[in-house]
Amino acid sequence: MRRWGITGILCLLLLVLSAVSLFVGVIDIDPAGLLAGDTRQIRIFILSRLPRLLAILCTGTGMSVAGLIMQQLCMNKFVSPTTGATISSAQFGILLALLFMPGSTLWGRALFAFICAIAGTWIFVWFIQRVQFKDVVMVPLVGIMFGNIIGGVTNFLAYQYEMTQALSSWLVGHFSLVVKGNYELVYLALPLVVLAFVYANHFNIVGMGKEFSSNLGVNYNLVLLAGLTIAAMITASVVVVVGSISYIGLIVPNVVAMFKGDKIRGTLVDTALFGAIFVLVCDMVGRVVIAPYELPIELIIGILGSILFVGLLLYRLNHGRKAIRIGERRGGTQR
Amino acid sequence: MIASQKPPARISVCGAVVPAAERKLFFMFVENLTKKYDGKAVVNEVSFTIPKGKVLSLIGPNGAGKSTVMGMISRLIAQDDGAVDFEGRDLRRWKSRELARRLAILTQTNNSQMKLTVEELVAFGRFPYSGNHLTQEDREKIDQAIRYMELDEFRDQFIDELSGGQRQRAYIAMVIAQDTEYVLLDEPTNNLDIYHATNMMKIVRRLCDELGKTMILVLHEINYAAFYSDYICAFVDGRVAKFGTVEEVMTRENLAEIYRVDFEIMEIKGKPLSIYY
Repeated sequence: MRRWGITGILCLLLLVLSAVSLFVGVIDIDPAGLLAGDTRQIRIFILSRLPRLLAILCTGTGMSVAGLIMQQLCMNKFVSPTTGATISSAQFGILLALLFMPGSTLWGRALFAFICAIAGTWIFVWFIQRVQFKDVVMVPLVGIMFGNIIGGVTNFLAYQYEMTQALSSWLVGHFSLVVKGNYELVYLALPLVVLAFVYANHFNIVGMGKEFSSNLGVNYNLVLLAGLTIAAMITASVVVVVGSISYIGLIVPNVVAMFKGDKIRGTLVDTALFGAIFVLVCDMVGRVVIAPYELPIELIIGILGSILFVGLLLYRLNHGRKAIRIGERRGGTQR
Repeated sequence: MIASQKPPARISVCGAVVPAAERKLFFMFVENLTKKYDGKAVVNEVSFTIPKGKVLSLIGPNGAGKSTVMGMISRLIAQDDGAVDFEGRDLRRWKSRELARRLAILTQTNNSQMKLTVEELVAFGRFPYSGNHLTQEDREKIDQAIRYMELDEFRDQFIDELSGGQRQRAYIAMVIAQDTEYVLLDEPTNNLDIYHATNMMKIVRRLCDELGKTMILVLHEINYAAFYSDYICAFVDGRVAKFGTVEEVMTRENLAEIYRVDFEIMEIKGKPLSIYY
């Protein structure tokens, strides 16, 4: 019962917040109007509000699960799509699509983003495995630098070919352009999250080390590449639709792991739920703060995220990797 | 009988030397195993046989190649030359998962930062059998392993919060849950104090005597090897220098040759223990 307590609370919270978020916006929509059959309200609801909510849920779920997988596979708590060059590689892919296929559809851009995100993540992980860093903080630093180099190239090319304006939509993540018909690609994150759940134990075992995996008959390199591919594809499908959403993949899995440990089977659902709630709340804040205008969600997440990130760093420094425990230990004092 | 059977130091992989009836007494035939790093042979044409149901310790100075040999006979490291015959089949031709049900290897390189509970870690030992879905039998094996290692009170505790000795016991419990006939341990007493190291060696002995497992260890502390093993294989410069029963290997002359320091051998509790100075 207690095992599912947190999950239940998160579920309930997500449902309530989702319902609230459907009725937050410039044009007033209320449940009474919808039920009374107000066509204008129903149209906005179906064309904009509902797609926005679904995109938010997919983004929050997808990005946090992508972060969870990357952290496990890289054995480093500070690796994520942001600090692992995945997001910047996906953006680079989108730019390539805009350059080489000016008339490309969403799916065409997605294909480029997928390929680049996967390649960028693989290269990063290959690099950190070749160079055995002694300090855990070095790995994300290298990732951030690597990401910035790719970002620099992206920006340079964008200026060169006067693409900065077109690209800016993907550099700063926001949900304001999500309407029915142009966001469905983000649904791809969901089957990938399910896939991650199916192979959760494989990722856990690989996270324990190469020799540990071999002992249990798990193909280390295969699972590593497959897991990174799943994480990169989730990230790319989010970036193509809503743009860069940083920090979620870093913070959400860390916070959940503090409470529930590192067994992916036990944390994946909570991570996904918490991620969705986090994005949903940030989005609502962004919509309310300067209403009737709207702040991009990347900005809100950036502010909240960096505060939480610093807190996380300090906590890790002061407490090592000790867990925050809820409830008593079973049989802790018996002998 | 079997207990007094002494394995020959050299044997052919194909069984030409060892009659088929006697092959059952051996777990593994290692023939001309060679591993090179940067052109330099770390393990050089190593051949030996491993008897079943015994404790075999691999000893030797640093860099003698014992851990590399351990890696090669457990498919963690690919050899450059030579062959390992495991149960009548070349080790490389075994499926990794199939092998995981027959042979368990525990090294020192596991990620102990992972926040898994003892029970979750031990449950991974059942992965080669059931994958993601633990059966009733798996749960029983997990419970047995935890009880055997006296870890009941730590069952729900995260392994990164345990002491070194407790964590090592949790890993051993996982290996027990893996329920393999053969268990290879790379320096199981490393980083443990005398109390925990001695307990670890007693556990090794019990796994052999009570559960009938074949234990192969890499050890630095030669007196642990002498007191708790049946056979010792000593490596020097990537070659097998001595292989035999504890009594055969643990002599002044042999040890002085292996370690290049002076030794005195004393018999304590019927075991030849060494003092080096």
